[in-house]
Amino acid sequence: MVSTKTTLCGITLDNPVIPASGTYGFGYEFAELYDINILGSLSFKGTTLNPRFGNPTPRIAETACGMLNAVGLQNPGVDKVISHELPKLFEVFKKPVMANVSGFSIDEYTETVRRLDTVEGIGWFEINISCPNVHGGGMSFGTDEKAAAEVTEAVRRVTKKPVIIKLSPNVTDIVKIAKACESAGADGISLINTLLGMKIDIRRRAPLLANKTGGLSGPATKPVAVRMVYQVYEGVKIPIVGMGGIESAEDVIEFMMAGASAVEVGASNLVNPYACRDIINDLPKVMEKYGITKLEDIIGAAHR
Amino acid sequence: MKTGIYTLIQNKKIAENTYEWVLMGDMSSISRPGQFVNIKIDGFYLRRPISVCDCRADRLTLIFKVVGDGTGKMSRMKEGETVDVMTGLGNGYDLSVAGEKPLLIGGGAGVPPMYMAARLLSEKGIKPTVILGFGNESEVFYKEEFEKLGCDVKVTTVDGSCGIKGFVTNAMDGIEYSYFYTCGPEPMLKAVYDKSTTEGQFSFEERMGCGFGACMGCSCKTKYGYKRICRDGPVLLKEEIIW
Ligand SMILES: Cc1cc2nc3c(=O)[nH]c(=O)nc-3n(C[C@H](O)[C@H](O)[C@H](O)COP(=O)(O)OP(=O)(O)OC[C@H]3O[C@@H](n4cnc5c(N)ncnc54)[C@H](O)[C@@H]3O)c2cc1C
Ligand SMILES: Cc1cc2nc3c(=O)[nH]c(=O)nc-3n(C[C@H](O)[C@H](O)[C@H](O)COP(=O)(O)O)c2cc1C
Ligand code: FES
Repeated sequence: MVSTKTTLCGITLDNPVIPASGTYGFGYEFAELYDINILGSLSFKGTTLNPRFGNPTPRIAETACGMLNAVGLQNPGVDKVISHELPKLFEVFKKPVMANVSGFSIDEYTETVRRLDTVEGIGWFEINISCPNVHGGGMSFGTDEKAAAEVTEAVRRVTKKPVIIKLSPNVTDIVKIAKACESAGADGISLINTLLGMKIDIRRRAPLLANKTGGLSGPATKPVAVRMVYQVYEGVKIPIVGMGGIESAEDVIEFMMAGASAVEVGASNLVNPYACRDIINDLPKVMEKYGITKLEDIIGAAHR
Repeated sequence: MKTGIYTLIQNKKIAENTYEWVLMGDMSSISRPGQFVNIKIDGFYLRRPISVCDCRADRLTLIFKVVGDGTGKMSRMKEGETVDVMTGLGNGYDLSVAGEKPLLIGGGAGVPPMYMAARLLSEKGIKPTVILGFGNESEVFYKEEFEKLGCDVKVTTVDGSCGIKGFVTNAMDGIEYSYFYTCGPEPMLKAVYDKSTTEGQFSFEERMGCGFGACMGCSCKTKYGYKRICRDGPVLLKEEIIW
């Protein structure tokens, strides 16, 4: 018998597979298809202080081996998430969940985390710092070391739960940002969020997405993500949650060898709603194939 | 909603750039006309949403227009091939409010969902009036199929090569109806909205990531709040639409 268990910031997961924020809603659509309690955990839709509609449509575009999205953090706002969405999620999912939080100012991040902190069932906070900072000239928190550290420190102060900072890959030196978050008190790092991209509709001679730009995800991004996980692993001591284009148990193992303690599966859930279930089912036999008995043993194996 | 492997048992060209597929498999999750299925095509990342044209027992009829590479590939698939399809998506039309004399209005790739609606209504003894709008004669399909159900069928073509010249709204003059159901390109839907004199139901299209409510890719604003076209739609009530 192989062991798929892994530990993330002191909480043990049955397996490292976590659906990525924004691609799994609040879980209940998937619970119609299979028992989602097989998951390691679940990162729910990016939640903000106030309700958001997001960007105008079209906000999805297909690309080679992937997709662009410019959803723009549509969510009902933290209070409605707590009163309406989380009770429905906890009905179908009985393990600690990851609360994915976004904001456009430090106060928004801390207030959202403060309100979610009282909810039982939340295991970790995953702080998405890819959002523009409205007080900082619109530049994303995640592309500036100082801003990233400030958010981390501020959130750190309002909760005792593990704080995982989710990094944007749209930077020249991801290790610098990861180190800044670690020094500011982060318990973990997750990466990568989507890569900024664009598609032009050559018939209309205009960008296809109403927002013009969108975030690229899916298998097209996997080599970039693996490289970033590998680099960040060498720069920090805190655990890493790796993601970007994961579609198979082999991909999970690749990310873990690069240095991830757990992984998230994003866009794959949209095209194959059974993606996470299939990966979890395949893991033991793929581990056996590669002579792995304990999955935790391979974390960072590619560095030796 | 269900995901499964279906067998393509018929792929037939029925009009200019227009193909009719018949798939065989488990159709138990399809319950209403106006629902759609989402088709995985080899070599393409996202699935392609296509409306249910008809569904009986283990057979599903789809009709699609070739507009790009994905539908192009679908048009070349061979009978006997298997296809990964998510079925039973979306809310579909509510036929219980149709009344005595419903009107069905389909334009182009919006004609297919009208067929199952017409069949179910006619099985209840209600004979709807059907308006089918196309660009020109070579694009016309399913006129006889609707007539066989006993519907009063009016065809419009933009260039006048078949039926009434103009748009579906040109054929609405003088028709008395109790309620209406419509599907087609958005400008057509807006024209029908403006011209219609009763309540009705509209089926919308949007670019989709998942097709089952998970990604928020397809949202729209309605008078009853934000809705996902794929899950809370594609059918919206006239009274809730914001243009
Ligand atoms: C609920 C619903 C029901 C539909 N029913 C039918 C039908 O019965 N018959 C039919 O011919 N067409 C229908 N369509 C439109 C059909 O989905 C598109 O024509 C098809 O996806 C185009 O794929 P492509 O690869 O050929 O085109 P491309 O333009 O190459 O596709 C690129 C991407 O854009 C998406 N896309 C392109 N056009 C549309 C569109 N109009 N709506 C949504 N996504 C689009 C594709 O799915 C794909 O992800 C429906 C769309 C929706 C949303
Ligand atoms: C439709 C969509 C919506 C997303 N929404 C969020 C979000 O709300 N918060 C967040 O941190 N990441 C969001 N992401 C990013 C994913 O969580 C993930 O980081 C990214 O897609 C890379 O993984 P993948 O290649 O497996 O999709 C979203 C991605 C997609 C495709
Ligand atoms: S397409 Fe994903 S929510 Fe509608």
